[in-house]
Amino acid sequence: MDAVAAAAALSQKNLLGIADLSPEEIVLILDTAEAMKEVGRRAIKKVPTLRGRTVVNLFFEPSTRTRTSFEIAEKRLSADTLNVAIGTSSVVKGETLVDTAMNIEAMSPSMIVLRHGSSGACHLLARICKAAIINAGDGMHEHPTQALLDAFTIRERKGRIGGLKVAIFGDLLHSRVLRSNLLLLTKLGAEVWVCGPATLIPPGLARLGVRVTTRVDEAVEGADVVMMLRIQLERMEGGYFPSLREYFTTFGMTEARLKRARPDVIIMHPGPINRGVEIASEVADGPFSVILDQVSNGVAVRMAVLYLLAGGAEDETVA
Amino acid sequence: MKRLLKGGHLVDPASGIDGRFDLLIDGDRIAQVGRDLPASLAEGGDVLELGPGLVICPGFIDMHVHLREPGQEHKETVATGVLSAVTGGFTAVACMPNTKPVNDNAGVTQLILQKAREANLARVYPIGAVSRGQRGEELADIAELREAGCVAVTDDGLPIATAILARRALEYTSMFGMPVIEHCEDQSLKGDGVAHEGPVAASLGLRGIPGVAEAITAGRDILLAEMTGGHVHIAHMSAWTTLEAVRQGKSRGVHVTAEVCPHHFTLTDDLLAAPIPYDTNAKMNPPLREERDRQAMIDGIVDGSVDVIATDHAPHHYDEKNVEFDRAPFGIVGLETAVPICLDRLVRAGLIRLPRLVELMSVNPARILKVPGGTLAPGSVADVTVLAPDLAVTIDRDALRSKSKNTPYHGWTFTGGVAATIVGGRVVFSNPASGWPAGRD
Amino acid sequence: MPVVMDADRIARALTRIAHEILEHNHGIAGVALVGVRSRGVPLARRIAATLGSVSGEEVPTGALDITLYRDDLMRAAVGPQPLVRKTEIPFSIDNRTIVLVDDVLYTGRTTRAALDALIDFGRPKAIQLVVLVDRGHRELPIKADYVGKNVPTSRKESVRVRLQEIDGVDEVTVEAVE
Repeated sequence: MDAVAAAAALSQKNLLGIADLSPEEIVLILDTAEAMKEVGRRAIKKVPTLRGRTVVNLFFEPSTRTRTSFEIAEKRLSADTLNVAIGTSSVVKGETLVDTAMNIEAMSPSMIVLRHGSSGACHLLARICKAAIINAGDGMHEHPTQALLDAFTIRERKGRIGGLKVAIFGDLLHSRVLRSNLLLLTKLGAEVWVCGPATLIPPGLARLGVRVTTRVDEAVEGADVVMMLRIQLERMEGGYFPSLREYFTTFGMTEARLKRARPDVIIMHPGPINRGVEIASEVADGPFSVILDQVSNGVAVRMAVLYLLAGGAEDETVA
Repeated sequence: MKRLLKGGHLVDPASGIDGRFDLLIDGDRIAQVGRDLPASLAEGGDVLELGPGLVICPGFIDMHVHLREPGQEHKETVATGVLSAVTGGFTAVACMPNTKPVNDNAGVTQLILQKAREANLARVYPIGAVSRGQRGEELADIAELREAGCVAVTDDGLPIATAILARRALEYTSMFGMPVIEHCEDQSLKGDGVAHEGPVAASLGLRGIPGVAEAITAGRDILLAEMTGGHVHIAHMSAWTTLEAVRQGKSRGVHVTAEVCPHHFTLTDDLLAAPIPYDTNAKMNPPLREERDRQAMIDGIVDGSVDVIATDHAPHHYDEKNVEFDRAPFGIVGLETAVPICLDRLVRAGLIRLPRLVELMSVNPARILKVPGGTLAPGSVADVTVLAPDLAVTIDRDALRSKSKNTPYHGWTFTGGVAATIVGGRVVFSNPASGWPAGRD
Repeated sequence: MPVVMDADRIARALTRIAHEILEHNHGIAGVALVGVRSRGVPLARRIAATLGSVSGEEVPTGALDITLYRDDLMRAAVGPQPLVRKTEIPFSIDNRTIVLVDDVLYTGRTTRAALDALIDFGRPKAIQLVVLVDRGHRELPIKADYVGKNVPTSRKESVRVRLQEIDGVDEVTVEAVE
């Protein structure tokens, strides 16, 4: 193989968040994901790329969707996968995250995919592990592969991201999906609007370069992309809004509200959907919905991330 | 035994002294302060010729320290705590009652004092609990605590749970002239917050604690102090809104005093993001706040609204801090970093002069707690802190004498350090690199 | 930097190869071309064009990226990964004769990877190999069916193929590698 292949590298050994990625790196991941998506269309949906590599899916929070998506991505790249699901009960039993990670590290995995309820848990792991850490959602902080698959889906449908009006609705305070999406979409030049009840808007959100409103119509107006975030029941119990019914009547995405968007608007949702809370069924299942595309694109994007991090570009001087 | 300190710059605001004076100690008391005292005065004792630039001050008193004993001796003990104190230039510390068990009775107070006598380094002034078990229900036996040696009461770690309990505490302590030290924090606003509520916490996905959570409780207690005539001391003030409440209270003549910790006037919540993201050594309560708050604390120190600099020395074991950010305990060690920080960032930076620093770290804590010290006037206790304002000090967590190493200042270099610490006439700590002469201690 | 093939030589070699493919397969029924990325793809298109004009029928042509099958991936502990590009084979390869097209045949490892990749797409009737340049030094038991030019080289040399579609010029050079 004497042809000098173009090199593709991320500057970081880990994927801890979109915050660490440059716009060029984001585009590299999306481009690589396009090639990976083609693998998923083949009769034999498997390539030998990560043969002999072990990837541990370390999940401290229940997650069917993200874990399955990572697992399929790993298997399509021929990695050996190990799922470690740890309920909060075993944490109560006394083993710390650091101890758990050191035990897993002793088995020499190439990569650890971590889902954890605490913001920054991936940073903690990255400081102690030689394995590359991929953040599959940490607390209220980031969920970078979700934002990447959202961007991939938008680009696939719209041909671009820069210049689009993207309106995001829901719990802006607790959502890691929101945080990663804001960072990614603004890095790629989208005009981002966020909308939710004032009780669920963190201070300083506008300083992240987005437009903040509590008026759904204003956010939807002329939108190319409408992204709904999941509203969790415990937010109502926490007193952030009075009832699910009132949330839906005030902020839920309905066909009527959607009329203000561009005629070719796409509707996105990271799932799982609360029908009749943040989104009407007619919208979720309607012609503008790309929700299932997001799910299938998730595998391709995660394959791209696994592939690009497997080289382990630990040292930027290695080129 | 007599000891004559010659050649130093002596600062004693209580006596109006700020100049080149010698200090004669006789036994455990200050005997004489004067210019060019003859060596013959110390006959049979020590004559200590101080290197250039050293500053003789009344002993520094840290009125907000967690010694962790009894109950959490893996973090700190009275013995390691007072060793840390004298190393940091403190001749006395007041220790918080949130031990296990809580210092809400004479037995615990006496145990702490017994351990302090055995360690025989810094003086230790226990602070008792406001409420039994710090549960916020009924008052602890405050008279008994005072009798046993407590100099103040607080439910620190938590605010006094209700306005009615705060009122009763202020009324009851006013009989003894004891201050009620308040950890100001509205619990419902704090919720399960772990960092200052602001853009940094928002971008890191950390639950926020707004500044007004502190100011609301401070405002409540200042109003109650005004109503009852009690003395409320606001612990570890961090928010600009709290400072406003304190200023207003003072301007109305309320008996309110306030302390600020070195980290709250040197650091902001930016430290949560970089250089070490989610560094649990940047997690304390109250949290590191924004630049506006940090600047307000400096302003309060400069204009006199702040009475005291205290460290809120809160040792935690490495294992307890080496966890997810939201699971880590709040707090950092402070006894051995306070003097370098204050000398560098306040005095050397030209914000205050040395006499003001001595007021903040010696005169006012002594006055508020009504304990000996705070002056070098003849007849006073011979508690002396000797400063080396030109000494370069690099903070090394591994070199800390405290049992715990949880400091965000590891690797920081400051200009200013401690030359010697003298408690009751005994030199309990000295640093030969500072220009402190080799003595017999 | 000796030029071993110029534009004219390359064109003639490709035309000859097209005719050899026709002859060898008795026409182009059931034949499809797959170029190995990057420079095998324009070569495959050029051969397909010649085949089309000679036979009057369009020959299905695809592009294969073999990056994910490389045997030198993941060998280094650190370092960037080769860029992955899209594979586009918009037809079924089952029961077809697949003519794989690459620019240079050297160790045979790229061809090995391409064979593995192709077989994941289906079960072709046969696979034949076209290379513009065979420079020798095989490390695997692989042989080309159609060769533009045999160029004896030393391992210290590098063979560079430049094509109009990618590089703006048609030429093959042998360069000394430091």
